[in-house]
Amino acid sequence: MFSQLRPALFLFAILMLVTGIAYPLLMTGVAQAVFPAQANGSLIVANGQVRGSGLIGQAFTNNRYFWPRISAAGAGYDAGASSGANLGPTSKKLLDRVAADAERIKAADGVTSLPPDAATASASGLDPDISPAYALQQVGRVAKARNLAEDRVKALVETHINRPDLGIFGEPRVNVLSLNMALDALSPG
Amino acid sequence: MTLAGWLQIILVFAIVIAAAWPLGLYMARLFGRPELLPAEGGLYRLAGIDPQREQSWMSYALAMLLFNFIGFVVLYLLQRLQFYLPLDPQGFSGTSEHLAFNTAWSFVANTNWQSYGGETTMSHFTQMAGLTVQNFLSAATGIALAVAVTRAFARTEAKTIGNFWVDMTRATLYVLLPLAVIVALGFMVLGVPQTLQGSVEATTLEGAKQVIALGPVASQEAIKQLGTNGGGFFNANSAHPFEGPNEWANYLSIFAMLVVSAAMPVMFGRMVGDMRQGRALLIVMMVMLIAGVAAIYWSEASGNPLLSQLGIDSPANYEGKEVRFGLAMSALFAAVTTGLSCGAVNAMHASLTPLGGLVPMFLMQLGEILPGGVGSGLYGMIVMALLSVFIAGLMVGRTPDYLGKKIEAKEMKLAVLAILVLPMVILGFTAISAMLPMAQASLANSGPHGLSEILYAYSSAAGNNGSAFAGLNANTPWFNTTLGIAMAMGRFAYVIPVMAIAGSLAAKKRIPQTQGSFPTHGPLFIGLLIGVIIILGGLQYFPALALGPIVEHFAMLAGQSF
Repeated sequence: MFSQLRPALFLFAILMLVTGIAYPLLMTGVAQAVFPAQANGSLIVANGQVRGSGLIGQAFTNNRYFWPRISAAGAGYDAGASSGANLGPTSKKLLDRVAADAERIKAADGVTSLPPDAATASASGLDPDISPAYALQQVGRVAKARNLAEDRVKALVETHINRPDLGIFGEPRVNVLSLNMALDALSPG
Repeated sequence: MTLAGWLQIILVFAIVIAAAWPLGLYMARLFGRPELLPAEGGLYRLAGIDPQREQSWMSYALAMLLFNFIGFVVLYLLQRLQFYLPLDPQGFSGTSEHLAFNTAWSFVANTNWQSYGGETTMSHFTQMAGLTVQNFLSAATGIALAVAVTRAFARTEAKTIGNFWVDMTRATLYVLLPLAVIVALGFMVLGVPQTLQGSVEATTLEGAKQVIALGPVASQEAIKQLGTNGGGFFNANSAHPFEGPNEWANYLSIFAMLVVSAAMPVMFGRMVGDMRQGRALLIVMMVMLIAGVAAIYWSEASGNPLLSQLGIDSPANYEGKEVRFGLAMSALFAAVTTGLSCGAVNAMHASLTPLGGLVPMFLMQLGEILPGGVGSGLYGMIVMALLSVFIAGLMVGRTPDYLGKKIEAKEMKLAVLAILVLPMVILGFTAISAMLPMAQASLANSGPHGLSEILYAYSSAAGNNGSAFAGLNANTPWFNTTLGIAMAMGRFAYVIPVMAIAGSLAAKKRIPQTQGSFPTHGPLFIGLLIGVIIILGGLQYFPALALGPIVEHFAMLAGQSF
């Protein structure tokens, strides 16, 4: 047993230095040198101000913007406390929450039924995307709030649909933050 | 279910198997090689290791336990003292005793159960020098043990099964580390952050403040998947857009978590000198895993009628899922992460439909062998293979043998001892927790889903998986302590009888194969092994599953909520 103590301690120390210090620091160096944009969180900077990350969703409640999914991260889209709602399929809390959100969204968008991603909470609470169906459903509300023609807003949504590569790889989706930024560029103020 | 969904699933499996084959052959050569590799010699001299000196099974197991105990102590101290240590940009204080105990066992036992949220609890230094280190070392321990067990079949009348220090070093430096560098680079290209910064503050379009947590994510993510560890940098794990930014990062995640475990049976086949044996084990693993994927995918696409009643135009269950992954990739990830003992998640398992949640639970309860954790999956599968040949032997009245090694009473007793650890820990702790008021206070869901939360937690801990029905608040003294014990038992109490079997088999002669021998590479054996895994591994959990997810399924169909 004691004859094994020195190999155990020394080997542990060496492997710890290699895998815990050298490996992550080396990878950080490479990342910062070669992929600085991704390595620092794919940040979106406008006029010297960080407006968010292209990968992380933001809360939108104003009628002038497209709305994202329901978030359980902190008070909503808290990118320092990611979390799902973790309610089970037969939970009363889940059903009450979905019912309330579904009513609110249906009333706002003037529709009678919703796509499945609209009133359900995402896994991370930071989902940056919505389905194309949910984006198209919101066109009328956003166009009205901004005094824009529905066709123009709809065309903008169409250009923001991210389609599967080769028709297979990935899910069709719309990045809400980039759509809303394009919307602000179209009709500022 | 869609054609595009199935095409993605099939392509991922095809690429994994195409890569696992050469990787398995490489590992067989690496661990069979008597000469030292570059950099090895100096390292052994420094550590006082004689690489030529082999160990008996007992000495091998002791070295493994000692090494892992040091890992436990170091990780415990790092967490408790993180506020004294460098790289704590967010100023986190030390974790509580019971959380540090739980997390230390969790990462040493290759479980990566997380009672904490990464971005709100652990400093960068703890994540790197503590958690990332154990991601490597616990996985390398699994590989070393599997190599030692494989040698027991490859050798005849041998007293030793290899040198733990050499196997450990080679598994870390020549298998996991090079793979991790490649995968980490892939993640970086696809958008996973890698920085020592703590967080950035953004002003959102609506003018609110959003603090975005960052860190050295890509390097940890790579080994988290490759080592079937599963402990996320962030609370939301691979569902977090920084851990799984898009579909390509998701494919890379699934590929990385499957590839080493799928390579293990290939390595086994080559080392025992009969590739057909390894192929048979790989077929069993993949067939059962794909059945699991199909079951989850079907269940999630069939959806939750309670939700569709609320005016949603498709039954598909999107609660707890990310739009960019959709149903097919969420189902594939959920089955792979639990068929393996990985435990990373890209969708919240707590919010799966009842049957969609039953499958991951069942895959863990089968003993994490489909294809299981790196290394641990292989030796777990070998135990099941021994049980299968024994049962076949009983049916025809012959002394059973596997790969020419006679399987006798001693090996069977040890095998049964090993497979009893899981049900004892899982069902025992679940039963106690279900009755304890202080445990019930941790539940987020009532009714059958509450029982499922507890059953899932102990299945995950004992199976060394680490995923959760995360409604359960496990960061309490009761759950942290008992889950910590379950993880240590599931890893170390299981492997010691397995090592004893290895020692006993290594010492045996090889008996010649005759016409009366039961071939262990054909379809008959594959079918028998699948049957044994389901009956011996699974049936004992059926009553508990009936009270949890199965009853919840029928309640859901009947329109009942809790």
